[in-house]
Amino acid sequence: MTIPVSASVESAPGADLPLVQLLSPEGERLQHPEFHFDGDDAAIRSLYRDLVMSRRIDNEAFALQRHGELGLWPQALGQEAAQVGSARALRKQDYAFPTYREHGVAYCLGVDPALALFRGVSLGGWVPAEHGFALISIIIGAHTLHATGYALGLSLDGVVGTGDPDRDAAVIAYFGDGASSQGDVNEAFDFAAVNHAPVVFFCQNNQYAISVPVSRQMTVPVAQRAAGFGFRGVRVDGNDVLACQAVTAAALQQARDGGGPMLIEAVTYRMGAHTTSDDASRYRDADEVEEWKAKDPIARVEAYLRSNGTIDQFFTDIAAEAEQLGEDIRAACHALPEPDLAALFDQVYTEQTDELKEQQAAYVAWRSQYEGVES
Amino acid sequence: MSDKLPIAKAINAGLRAALESDEKVLVMGEDVGPLGGVFRVTDGLQKDFGESRVMDTPLAESGIVGTAIGLAFRGYRPIVEIQFDGFVYPAYDQIVSQVAKLHFRSSGAVRMPIVIRIPYGGGIGAVEHHSESPEAQFVMTAGLKVLAPATANDAYWMIQQAVQTDDPVVFMEPKRRYWEAGEVDLDSEPMSPWQSLIRRDGSDATLITYGPMVTTCLEAAEAANEDGVDLEVIDLRTLSPLDLAPVHESVRRTGHAIVVHEASRTLGLGAEVAARVTEECFYSLESPVQRVTGYDTPYPPSRVEDDFLPGIDRILDAVDHARAY
Repeated sequence: MTIPVSASVESAPGADLPLVQLLSPEGERLQHPEFHFDGDDAAIRSLYRDLVMSRRIDNEAFALQRHGELGLWPQALGQEAAQVGSARALRKQDYAFPTYREHGVAYCLGVDPALALFRGVSLGGWVPAEHGFALISIIIGAHTLHATGYALGLSLDGVVGTGDPDRDAAVIAYFGDGASSQGDVNEAFDFAAVNHAPVVFFCQNNQYAISVPVSRQMTVPVAQRAAGFGFRGVRVDGNDVLACQAVTAAALQQARDGGGPMLIEAVTYRMGAHTTSDDASRYRDADEVEEWKAKDPIARVEAYLRSNGTIDQFFTDIAAEAEQLGEDIRAACHALPEPDLAALFDQVYTEQTDELKEQQAAYVAWRSQYEGVES
Repeated sequence: MSDKLPIAKAINAGLRAALESDEKVLVMGEDVGPLGGVFRVTDGLQKDFGESRVMDTPLAESGIVGTAIGLAFRGYRPIVEIQFDGFVYPAYDQIVSQVAKLHFRSSGAVRMPIVIRIPYGGGIGAVEHHSESPEAQFVMTAGLKVLAPATANDAYWMIQQAVQTDDPVVFMEPKRRYWEAGEVDLDSEPMSPWQSLIRRDGSDATLITYGPMVTTCLEAAEAANEDGVDLEVIDLRTLSPLDLAPVHESVRRTGHAIVVHEASRTLGLGAEVAARVTEECFYSLESPVQRVTGYDTPYPPSRVEDDFLPGIDRILDAVDHARAY
């Protein structure tokens, strides 16, 4: 017996459903009955800058991998609007739980790119509490439960629904279409729903779980699952930074106000391969990629700004700034210190055990035999 | 002041003390609320501390441990109840890949003061998945600590000490001993949970055990005594990190080491103890280290569990074998 399945992006579940869209691929502003982008053109220029910087970080890290400086890099190319739009809806008291592809979110939250992790010099790279940005979760979907638990903690701390905009807090959990099949993600939906937890589940549906298209992953679009758990799901054009910002801001505000969780499905496209180790040409057509190029998240913002009076100099300046950022990233990558295995023994527990002390001493003694010896 | 309490009630009293002493301490799990847990270990806690601090959760073990991680990120100290040993596996990733590693991954910036309580072991005539001994899987996971109290006094104090620990602790509760009562000293300073303890002095051979098998080994020692054989019994108490210095000292005196646990033999804790005793006591050993354990089968139907589990006769046979070597 064969399994009847249609494995194209066009046949993806929900492909025929409307998306919240506030900026068309051609750069036209659109109105939506419920969701509105509140900022002026200066705010849109600021988002444009974030988009360009996010892409520059991603491209630079990709190049560093190709030059052998990083072991791996998961490109976010094409997903910048979903990341920048959602991240720019966060307040300083909010908290984000990312996957390994959230380079644009990290940038918006002031977190250095995850070069240390992908260079193999660290398993983390930043102090989560300093940025409201947890460590990257590589196990797919596991962190959506951490986000839910953190949100539950916010409720217990009484920083939800007080009406104080500087106090009320929410959590955002990033995940992808692939993760939506994981038990942990569905458990997170349920735990969040029954506890009315202030968490926004932000799914970047980039159409592929490595090589498997959404049509082979699900029969109901991600956003519609929320209804089954008892909260709202909204589908948004993930390549429209204004829509992503507006919808996420509304969802986060609902959460901060004590209105419980919301699920956002940002429909986007992974323009690059899954990672630098992947070969996307084995499972998708160049035509499909070309089609999505026309929906590029940055080009439409530029088209809007240019046709509404933003002058050339602005774009030239942003390009120069991005170039400088690229140089800074290269330098930062080369400057990353090598890890010291001996020091890592101290970090397994808050207080080192005798057994680890012995192993550490044995390692240091073994290593010392070779000090000064050319390898 | 002291009180005679069954182990389940001793843990209950310890949980109560932990909840009273730190408002960041939470209890969460399946049926821990009005029911008081299927073994009644959390009996009355929700009534006294409220639904926000003693939380019934949906029936999903990964969800329970995963949300506990988020609460720990937020500064809470969750005590998680896994209902039965065999139900822990849906939470295995959250325990082994998340809880255990977050401190290390964050270079020490993130602490995970989570206690994962697991009633474990057989001997109660239970159905499948309700009698297992998965402790070695957590002992071999760097980043976790594992405690296994055997007495009511240890149960009372060690649960509190586990809650005070800034590292994650898997707390193995000897479910077949839940209703066996023992004296609990409520006042005096308890001993460190990270030390093993000689429960019975002896000179002819050393039994090394923990959890539900401590009682069995003490019974075996009494039986041996009638035959003029004097067995020392060491209760490991802490399975990770191991405290084997008292074991080595003992084996150097007796010349014989017999490790006893319910868990299956291959790569069970006895394998590690045997290796280390061999490393440290090689010239004192008069016989190879013996292991008396569950067999390398899945846990059997309960009508034959008495043959599967180490009992007094198998322990004494191992002692005889060692001494005759």
